[in-house]
Amino acid sequence: MNANVKKVDYAVRGPIVQRAVQIEKELKEGVKKPFEEVIKANIGDAHAMGQRPITFFRQVMALCTYPELLDDNKFPEDAKNRARRILQSCGGNSIGAYTTSQGIDCVRHDVANYIQRRDGGIPSDPDNIYLTTGASDGIVTILKLLTAGEGRTRTGVMISIPQYPLYSASIAELGAVQVSYYLNEEKCWSLDISELQRALQAAREHCNPRVLCIINPGNPTGQVQSRQCIEDVIRFAAKENLFLMADEVYQDNVYAEGCKFHSFKKVLFEMGPEYSSKVELASFHSTSKCYMGECGFRGGYMEVINMDADVKAQLTKLVSVRLCPPAPGQALMDLVVNSPQPGEPSYQTFMKERTAVLSALAEKAKLTEEILNTVPGISCNPVQGAMYSFPRITLPERAINEAKAKGQAPDMFYCMKLLEETGICLVPGSGFGQREGTYHFRMTILPPTDKLKIMLNKLKEFHQKFTQQYS
Amino acid sequence: MSFLKEIRPLGERRNYSELLDLSSGDPHRGGIKPITFVRQVLAACFCPALLEDDSLPLDVKQRAKSLLRECDGGSVGSYTESSGIAKIKHCVSQFITRRDGGVPSSPDNIFIMSGSKTALMIILKLLIRSEDSCRTGVLIPVPTYASITMILEEEGAAIIPYHLCEEQGWTLQLEELHRVLQAARKTCNPVAFYICNPGNPTGHLQSRESIEEVIRFAAEERLFLLADEVYQSCVYGDNAEFYSYKKVLSEMGSNISSTVELASFNSASKGFMGECGFRGGYVELVNLDPAVMKYARTLFSTRSCPPVAGQIALDLMADPPKPGDPSFPTFSEEVQSIKNTIRKNTGRIQEVFAELPGISCQPLKAGFFVFPSLHFPPKAIKWAEKRQMEPDMLYCLHLLEETGLHVKPGCEYGQRKDSHHIRLFVGTQENIMEDALQRLKTFHTRFMKEFS
Repeated sequence: MNANVKKVDYAVRGPIVQRAVQIEKELKEGVKKPFEEVIKANIGDAHAMGQRPITFFRQVMALCTYPELLDDNKFPEDAKNRARRILQSCGGNSIGAYTTSQGIDCVRHDVANYIQRRDGGIPSDPDNIYLTTGASDGIVTILKLLTAGEGRTRTGVMISIPQYPLYSASIAELGAVQVSYYLNEEKCWSLDISELQRALQAAREHCNPRVLCIINPGNPTGQVQSRQCIEDVIRFAAKENLFLMADEVYQDNVYAEGCKFHSFKKVLFEMGPEYSSKVELASFHSTSKCYMGECGFRGGYMEVINMDADVKAQLTKLVSVRLCPPAPGQALMDLVVNSPQPGEPSYQTFMKERTAVLSALAEKAKLTEEILNTVPGISCNPVQGAMYSFPRITLPERAINEAKAKGQAPDMFYCMKLLEETGICLVPGSGFGQREGTYHFRMTILPPTDKLKIMLNKLKEFHQKFTQQYS
Repeated sequence: MSFLKEIRPLGERRNYSELLDLSSGDPHRGGIKPITFVRQVLAACFCPALLEDDSLPLDVKQRAKSLLRECDGGSVGSYTESSGIAKIKHCVSQFITRRDGGVPSSPDNIFIMSGSKTALMIILKLLIRSEDSCRTGVLIPVPTYASITMILEEEGAAIIPYHLCEEQGWTLQLEELHRVLQAARKTCNPVAFYICNPGNPTGHLQSRESIEEVIRFAAEERLFLLADEVYQSCVYGDNAEFYSYKKVLSEMGSNISSTVELASFNSASKGFMGECGFRGGYVELVNLDPAVMKYARTLFSTRSCPPVAGQIALDLMADPPKPGDPSFPTFSEEVQSIKNTIRKNTGRIQEVFAELPGISCQPLKAGFFVFPSLHFPPKAIKWAEKRQMEPDMLYCLHLLEETGLHVKPGCEYGQRKDSHHIRLFVGTQENIMEDALQRLKTFHTRFMKEFS
């Protein structure tokens, strides 16, 4: 068997989740537990937590799937027009036909227009847009493209600690070298260039660092990078000849006062041709997060900037192997970048739904930070964006020792106990990476506000009990 | 227009008004209509407000409701288990058991993926040790479709080609398998054997004996069997029957049936579904070491989850309307119509080819494609040599230019030296096939005449 596979680990769906699924089965079978349901606050799945889909999107998807509905007067005209436009771009006017590997033409055009609008007019070329099966697919593809060399020349990939474990898992699977740079917990998980420099210097001893991955807004940290920080990162990437991978799937999820999403592309181009014509950048987006929460559709795109023509040809070849991304996901991506405009019949409802989702998330972000910070032994940085809190937990020495004796990471030990006693499923910080001797967990802010309050209070109780029990 | 001139520049007036694309196995692109029941259920799952609609039949609504109940939050927008929704995997396992006359199938051994190719790539990742100084080898048939070769190259495997025997209807020959394996062992470590049955591009349908031979070969040589069976429901020849590798394996005595490792692949892209764009595929793993299964699960989990729409398509494929269901009459009519179309198309193809010199075809029994042999006159071979291109590639380029008909050249699939082929898709509307055959006939006649 392939030895690299043994190193692959993906905590978000790891052992704790498997146990949660088991417990759910047991509950269904009537086994008595100290709780009635498992709350899956481990995965960034909004609909699973009761968030409603955007009406307009689902209407267009139904129309694309069963075009007989185009004669049904229950569907608004703007939805029908979107559906017709998408279907015209599909082989045999069917969403069941293969699309080109790079993705449906009209969708890529719409994505380019969206990016241009978002970035204040900076042009985007549809030819640089690749539709993908969720952002994960695009991220793995680019990593695959860039991984080369052997031994000391093996590609090094810089990724934050903490990070979304897709990166560490993919790096392990590809046999690339993970080059970790620590985010600064004391400064709200900010990125320090000096830390990037340190990590890079050290890495150069044993590999060839070529890629710098940034998640903004951050997962699991929720940190939203300042414009200054983004400029500094771009300057760093330019100086050190690094390929920038900007994971921007949470770009609409920004809550904190004074925080704003700045796209890497926009900042890059506003820094002038010295940077905008040289720095290689791939930025990623998805239908799974923001206000849409359409994880199950596996919709996403990436925009590649300044990629060498030969390398881009290789990229195009790579994506052709799997034929094409799911057509429904492509169609959904189209709607995200081409949503109802003022004056269109669906605009009011659309805006109402979108605003409701984003403001609920902002409220829950604040609530989470507030409640967790009332717990002695739990310290939570402001959740500036994304969908998670990543609080630091202080664990008693005895608990740490018991965990280690069991061969378990102490925060895994904590989270397992939490699951068994309260039904709350979180992901231990060890799954994302953290400074030695520190412990965290990642919890989503997605449950409905009432349930979130209950969950946070149960967590508070548990933590106090746990601390007492092991003191 | 003479072939000895260059290809006409773009923009010039052509004597056809539209392109005919028979190059890819895409029924909807070929004009075949989606199955109504499938699209109604999917639409209701996407937009549950439709469940209040009177326009949808009762069984559609019931199926949509039962599928939505399996989705977290009742939404197809939620993530699912990495290997697919439990109830759908269960449904697929029951489909497999029914297909195989009762041979048990466990949902735990089924992994749903975004298209069967993704599943194949993951299994290959498990098997291929690219770090080793001695490369992992995988046997693949010649001809085979290009993606397989690309996937193997991407994963760093050594490709071990074995030739299918065209004269005998593209059958596998055991001596050929032994020959290539022996030779390969000198330069790599062969671990797996890939076969596509029914075949792409050949349309070959393996006999039961042939499958047994392959299984015995795999047992003796300790090879992991990769059985790509995505065309299993496209069998149209008289007295032609599909045998699944799993079923045949199960009937071969416990020494073999409990030891040979097998991965079999199926998809919602082919058959009567033709839902290529939905990316619904699955793999069933048989006789894998539990420790290896554990890693397989982890690998699959890093891919998040397969698209829910594709999973639903698989559910509908595995458990379609039954007699008595409100949608059954329409459903069975639509499926029958597709079957008739493919039969008629393959019949017409054989008729037209019989009239044409220099083009011949093995008996057509199954699959989505025909892979006729082109017998080029020496002048045509020389002409291609001058242009430094494969003759069948040049033939196809000119065919496209002159007539607007797009088919694939045999050189893209591999073929014996000095043999030439084209691959045509058979799953199109009858009038499109007729149009395609007329264009091909006109072109081919002129071509053969000019180079005689």
